[in-house]
Amino acid sequence: MQLTGAQALIKSLETEGVEVIFGLPGGAILPVYDPILDSSIRHILVRHEQGAGHAAEGYAQVTGRPGVAMVTSGPGATNIVTPLCNAYMDSTPLVVITGQVATGSIGTDAFQECDTTGITMSATKHNWLVSSADDIPRVIREAFHVATTGRPGPVLVDLPKDVSNSMMEWYWPSEIDLPGYRPPAGGDSASIREAARLISEASRPVIYAGGGVLKSRATAALAKLVEMTGIPVVTTLMARGSFPDNHPRCLGMPGMHGNYTAVTAIQRSDLLIAIGSRFDDRVTGKVAAFAPDAKVIHIDIDPAELGKVRRAEVPIAGDCRLVLEELITVLEETARQASPASRGDNPLAQWHAEIARWQARYPLTYDRQPPDGVLKPQYVVECIRDSVDDDTILVAGVGQHQMWASQYWRFNKPNTWVNSGGLGTMGFAVPAAIGAKVAKPEATVWAIDGDGCFQMTAQELITASAEGIPVKIAILNNAYLGMVRQWQEMFYAERYSEVYLSPDLPDYVRWAEAMGCVGFRVEAPEEVSSVIEKANEIDDRPVVIDFRTDVFEKVYPMVPAGASNDDIIVDPAHGEGGA
Amino acid sequence: MGSATIRHHLLSVLVENKAGVLARVANLFSRRGYNIFSLAVAPTDDERFSRITICVDVESAPLEQVVKQLDKLVNVVEITELDPTEAIEAELMLITLEADRESRSQVIQLVDVFDGRIVDVSPDSLTIMLAGTPSDLDHFEDLVGPYGIAGLQRTGRVALHKLDRSRGRLHTVSGIAASSGKASIK
Repeated sequence: MQLTGAQALIKSLETEGVEVIFGLPGGAILPVYDPILDSSIRHILVRHEQGAGHAAEGYAQVTGRPGVAMVTSGPGATNIVTPLCNAYMDSTPLVVITGQVATGSIGTDAFQECDTTGITMSATKHNWLVSSADDIPRVIREAFHVATTGRPGPVLVDLPKDVSNSMMEWYWPSEIDLPGYRPPAGGDSASIREAARLISEASRPVIYAGGGVLKSRATAALAKLVEMTGIPVVTTLMARGSFPDNHPRCLGMPGMHGNYTAVTAIQRSDLLIAIGSRFDDRVTGKVAAFAPDAKVIHIDIDPAELGKVRRAEVPIAGDCRLVLEELITVLEETARQASPASRGDNPLAQWHAEIARWQARYPLTYDRQPPDGVLKPQYVVECIRDSVDDDTILVAGVGQHQMWASQYWRFNKPNTWVNSGGLGTMGFAVPAAIGAKVAKPEATVWAIDGDGCFQMTAQELITASAEGIPVKIAILNNAYLGMVRQWQEMFYAERYSEVYLSPDLPDYVRWAEAMGCVGFRVEAPEEVSSVIEKANEIDDRPVVIDFRTDVFEKVYPMVPAGASNDDIIVDPAHGEGGA
Repeated sequence: MGSATIRHHLLSVLVENKAGVLARVANLFSRRGYNIFSLAVAPTDDERFSRITICVDVESAPLEQVVKQLDKLVNVVEITELDPTEAIEAELMLITLEADRESRSQVIQLVDVFDGRIVDVSPDSLTIMLAGTPSDLDHFEDLVGPYGIAGLQRTGRVALHKLDRSRGRLHTVSGIAASSGKASIK
């Protein structure tokens, strides 16, 4: 069967099971947009290429399947670099197709030419410049394989216009020939036995669960490990929902804005079991002072993460699910062999009691009855949380609102939390929410967004309206770039530099309406729940709520950048000398 | 031969012979802040692969991280680490020296001592080709410097492990890298 390169590309994507492409056409990718008309694949026309990339990320984060985005050459390609970087940091599988000028024009500074593979080399797991239409099925097969196996990540396929237009004989490669790409599968058995030994000896163990738990679909294995051992779990920003917040052993989020108990349990632990986490600086604070008494078991599919930041006593390179399953088997064997009385009923009782005391003394808190009746952002998050079920997907941008969303939501199911972790990309929420809703149309999708973030990518709500994607956006509008304002207040002597945005420029309600959404404004705490109820009832259009929240509210607890986690600053409501 | 304190390590990296592979390797070093002393690249006897010999500044980053990050490049097939004390290193130099009637014979004597070859001659200069260990070349460069160096090009080192002690010392970076399947023991 003779096909054009463009037809072969679409057929390859269909063969890979692609259901949705987020994209925006242009000159160099034009040939590929023709066969899309005849394809079963749904194409969602975004208003900016960055939106295509983040929507594909949202799709990937809730499904675990690769998100697909397609854009043209030059500015189309450069506009999607931010999502590529974001997906690389957060190990999100993406396949991005970019048009390129014809092969004969490459290197001549042709119209809308840029060095796409060069520019994205360090923002992708791998990329390909296709030089012949015959290569298209092979490259697409390789691209999906690389994006989804091992440590997932974004890949990019750059497709020159003449390659799209030339003819090829259709085939589908039966094998993948990548001699330099062999990601690990299960971990080393001797190391797993050593990990089991450390676990059985520990008296203050903590599981430090990262995004890899979700990526490897290890949540059931993690739950079983905790049931067996009683080891408390902290879930990082990327792992919220990987272990249910309503489980008594769940301590919530660690790190710079983690809760006191999660941070302190790690600091006091004698064994830290890192699963699919990477000792990010926002978790460790000052590395030299991080969990000083802990031995470390580090399980990760990326061998380069083992020992990168913190030396592990037991490094295990392997898929988190496979390693946990083997670890559970070893622990079960050990338990059968041990005499029942050897460690008592609950060897961790003392540790659990200590943790319970921290939880009682330093719960997450804010001023629930502020004297001036101002609307607290945390209260908005709690009201939305209490209005929806556990299957609801929560999306956030980056900043204070993201931290409050992570802190005050209750994530009881995996893959219900979508946010930008490693790169911290403002403007992520609106397009990512669209991608999440497209992936899971039956789920309610709420985005908690900031006013600064919203202004960066709000135009994608036009996409949502046009395509019938009813997402709900709650803007925690404090009229500031709030996190920057918080740092200027705390660390720059209240010298506020270029952080004020205005509460009513733009008018968010009218802007929402102009984009085909329903717009609401909420200024008083007593209005919050009723407006959220109205928003929950709307399912034929996107909804935007402009919550005018307390300008001065700060995110607590906080470990200042570069400080030890022992120097955590708790909410002033806890009283002086908290820690 | 060889400096007293070793700050470099040699990586012999087998890569797929595809467009852009060298850029990927160089980009990785730049992106992660690793320093390269020298880099030599050429196709192998199997035309599908090339071999890159990289001399890494191990003070700029832990060698283990360098190798593990390199190993993640899809086009990198195999990485062999060569401890400089256990490797045969060689490098080629072309050097043009000012050598007039007065100094010419002294220069030629030095070239002879170092087993170099004179490959081009003009009335007041000589171009010499010299192969040897990198420290031989350093030494030669120091000795002829006073005569005046008009031009100099070095290739960067290539290396193979020493035959008599090859088994025990040539090793993968760690068991972890080995379990990823790519770094291998030769």
